[in-house]
Amino acid sequence: MKDIDKSFRKDTETEFPLREELKPRSVTAPDGQVIEIDPLQDYFCQEPPKVHKQSYFRIVEDFYNWARAHSLWILGFGTGCGAIEMRPLMTPRFDAYRYGIQWRPTPRQANLLVISGYLSVKTLKRAIRAYEQMPQPKYVVGLGSCTINGGMYWDSYNTIKRLDDYLPVDLYIAGCMPRPEALLAGFMDLKKLIRKGKAEGANKYAENFDWYKANQKSVIKDWDMPDYNW
Amino acid sequence: MMRDLHDHLKTRYRLGDLAERRANLAFVDVARADLRALLVELRDVHGFTHLSLLTAVDWIEEGRFQLTYLMNNRTANRSLGLRVFLDRADPVGDTIHDLWPTAATYQRELREMFGIAFPGSPRVDEEFILEGWTDMPPYRRDFDTLAYSQQTFSDREGRETHDPRAHMAKKLNPEGQR
Ligand code: SF4
Repeated sequence: MKDIDKSFRKDTETEFPLREELKPRSVTAPDGQVIEIDPLQDYFCQEPPKVHKQSYFRIVEDFYNWARAHSLWILGFGTGCGAIEMRPLMTPRFDAYRYGIQWRPTPRQANLLVISGYLSVKTLKRAIRAYEQMPQPKYVVGLGSCTINGGMYWDSYNTIKRLDDYLPVDLYIAGCMPRPEALLAGFMDLKKLIRKGKAEGANKYAENFDWYKANQKSVIKDWDMPDYNW
Repeated sequence: MMRDLHDHLKTRYRLGDLAERRANLAFVDVARADLRALLVELRDVHGFTHLSLLTAVDWIEEGRFQLTYLMNNRTANRSLGLRVFLDRADPVGDTIHDLWPTAATYQRELREMFGIAFPGSPRVDEEFILEGWTDMPPYRRDFDTLAYSQQTFSDREGRETHDPRAHMAKKLNPEGQR
């Protein structure tokens, strides 16, 4: 793909300042005591994610994986147009529940993050937070061509092009947008991957944590959260 | 109808020619100094009570921004667009948030996407939809969105682009007959 304008250079000099309320400072408590606070350190745990070790016996790990494959809880977080195709899955016509796939409202109760389409930089920040708050083992599915190579937002200034630069994707479902049948087929494939022990995205994330963080921070200028949002 | 209104207003305000798009839609250029008085008169006397939208066009070749105030008269089902031109080098508009509170939101968007300042408009300097944006306002025409995206996000190999016209011609008529 050729660029039409070689002369355009984006501004890489300007730093986005840290928000006022997040700066370390000292406050005087009502009783006159002066305390130092650092909002990004004090309220969050800074511990980076850990690799989830496999069990010692192969047969036990296989049993775990079998069990994991049968308990997919999707975080109800729709990012792009693809989110509209997840709704029919919850209805009798497509009925994903018969495969043991269900939706939950909060990251703490879910283990499958479906990025349902284009992801603007602003939403990416929320998606990262949501992903990091989900308990292990957890999986990411990218839905639609926007998550694969940018789709029709390939020249947009504000949507990312490759989701796997920022989050560990276990499976992509191609299409613009993929039909609910394609989603069901994709979830079945994900189950197969999990049973084979190949859906190791969360471990990959923990192993290459610095690489992912560097990529994330290169596009999210207004980084107003701790490095790991556990 | 629009003509009558234009003739009526022309005597007191510096107006350009009336550009009629449909029977009930017309545009007219207004001098910046007359804008406020004209908006108030249109709203209070001529029934254009609704500000449908406030948007901008970047005429980069002429070195100016155009602000379009689209007003709507609901009872008569008529729309009138007022066009005001601002210098592109130093774009400062006049806030009208006290006439229509909704204008504050439009002005905030224009501030962010075109870099047009509206002094006095509430929360106009806060971020609107972008977050942590450090480059030039992205709706300006000298902002190259393709180049920006190539410098910011990485491509995946294997993406093909077809010219829609050539592609459909080949698909519908593979032999290339006329
Ligand atoms: S792949 Fe298509 S349907 Fe999905 S988010 Fe992108 S543009 Fe929308």
